Amino acid sequence: MTLAARALSFGYPGREVGHGLDLDLAAAEVLCVLGPNGAGKTTLMRTLLGLIPALGGQVLESGRDLARLSRQAVARALSYVPQASQGPFDFTLLELAEMGRTAHLGAFAKPGRKDREIARSALERLGIGGLAERPIGAVSGGERQLALIARALASEARLLVMDEPTAGLDFGNQSRVLEEIARLKAGGLSVLLCSHDPDHAFLVADRVLLLESGRVLAQGVTAEILGDENLSRLYGVRVHVTEVDTPAGRRRVCVPALTAGGGSSPVATGRFMN
Amino acid sequence: MLITRSRLPFALAAGLVALALLVALSLALGSFPVAPRDVANALWSVFAGGDGGVGDRARSVVLEIRGPRVVAALFVGAALGTAGAAYQNVFRNPLVSPDILGVSSGCALGAIVGILAGLPAAAMQGLAFAGGLAAVGLVLAVGSWVRGHDRVLTLVLTGVVVGSLFSAGVAFAKTVADPYNQLPAITFWLLGSLGGALPADLAFAVPLMLLGMVPLALLRWRVNLLALPDDEARALGVDVPRLRFWVIAAATLSTSAAVAIAGVIGWIGLVVPHAARMLTGPGFARVLPISALLGAGFLLLVDTLCRTAVAGELPPGVVTAIVGTPAFIALLAASSRRTP
Repeated sequence: MTLAARALSFGYPGREVGHGLDLDLAAAEVLCVLGPNGAGKTTLMRTLLGLIPALGGQVLESGRDLARLSRQAVARALSYVPQASQGPFDFTLLELAEMGRTAHLGAFAKPGRKDREIARSALERLGIGGLAERPIGAVSGGERQLALIARALASEARLLVMDEPTAGLDFGNQSRVLEEIARLKAGGLSVLLCSHDPDHAFLVADRVLLLESGRVLAQGVTAEILGDENLSRLYGVRVHVTEVDTPAGRRRVCVPALTAGGGSSPVATGRFMN
Repeated sequence: MLITRSRLPFALAAGLVALALLVALSLALGSFPVAPRDVANALWSVFAGGDGGVGDRARSVVLEIRGPRVVAALFVGAALGTAGAAYQNVFRNPLVSPDILGVSSGCALGAIVGILAGLPAAAMQGLAFAGGLAAVGLVLAVGSWVRGHDRVLTLVLTGVVVGSLFSAGVAFAKTVADPYNQLPAITFWLLGSLGGALPADLAFAVPLMLLGMVPLALLRWRVNLLALPDDEARALGVDVPRLRFWVIAAATLSTSAAVAIAGVIGWIGLVVPHAARMLTGPGFARVLPISALLGAGFLLLVDTLCRTAVAGELPPGVVTAIVGTPAFIALLAASSRRTP
């Protein structure tokens, strides 16, 4: 299962957002789309999911042109993990995960025993099986995001597209969601996520695509692309990439070089570097 | 949550038993009381033939006067309750209902045009449906045109505005109506009444209400997905515009059939699905049948009260409004506490 874009132009009728974009997402790979606000990340994502038609070029799912596939066929191959939002009705986590089965059900069908099993095991896979009967409004933001990932898993699609899956989450929950993304990849799934935090790309992404005003600034292997120069150009501020030792090995992190100084004292920086 | 997935069959069975008792009570009570045993015998005689050993008068009261009225109350209540539940899912808002969205006024205007033109029942029904669809279409069109505001607020306000536009049409129709024949009919009918439901009208409207409710029952699980943001539902594999169209068409059809035989009876479409959701949680597959039962029971209870509690007869719309207004205010307060 692969996802690719060829010479893709995306946007809305009369307002092109991006032009001539190529990307590839291989099996069991994580690709992170980084870009400043308004770079067109969400529009790109909607186009890749087939929610809005491409203005030019093609989106290919395992070589098949997305524009020729039915909504249902697209949903079986590609699933979408939106940002967690509060809907009007408080479905339980299990009911929400069962909705992931939609593409496998006829118009008049409802989820059967097998579908419920699949939904339940998706919740368990994300460690929230114990919350299955809880209403979505009664769990934390992080658990809500995990429930949406579980819904995507329940669809049994092999490609996941995630829109800022860590937005609005606290530090602990961000780490938890990233951890699950790494685990999904280990399980053979492909994930395309967009993020506005380059550190998240360092943590989970095999490859990155830097998007600026709808154009690809650079794309390739994370460690090669995410350097001082590219990040500084992408965000329009000076960014410094460095390495830190963690119990899990050496890791790269990026820090903005604030000219005003202030907050982080040399002592704190020293501790950070060691 | 009182009615979980596994308890739904028991809840439905218990609800049907309660409804049957209520039907029996309603058939027995009134200015000419009929003993429960005679009610049972009269009903039995419909199947068994003969007069069931009941006096002609009691038999005709039960079968010809109260019977059609009870059937009308059951179906109109169920139709309005289920239509309200469907609209609330489609508009992703537990505070909408056929009357708030202007659908009822649209149906009313359509039906009144039918009365004015002296059209037969079928044409009047068609006009009621067209009026309801026009109202909900207008609300949706304005709602999607005026973006960037609170979506829910826009829809509710647009519904109120569209509703008042159609009400103005109704008022105009009254001024041009023949004051001796048409005007009393229109006025009486606008108040909402189940007393005028003749078996011939029922034979026409009941199938239409069923025609609206059956698709909702078939789609009962999929309708849940309309409560999600459009992108999410589409990404899950739903053809959202098509599903939304069919659900709105079905709900509007049963609303218009209900309005065509009973006039404008407000509040049921708002309060009943809400009460159902309190019992079952948000899953539409449970909300729908419970809304049908509660709607049928509530309107039958209200109508029975309306014709037995006072010497004359109260319009049921008055009673549902007395119950519905405080219920709506309570809902509004509860939901404003929930959303920051």
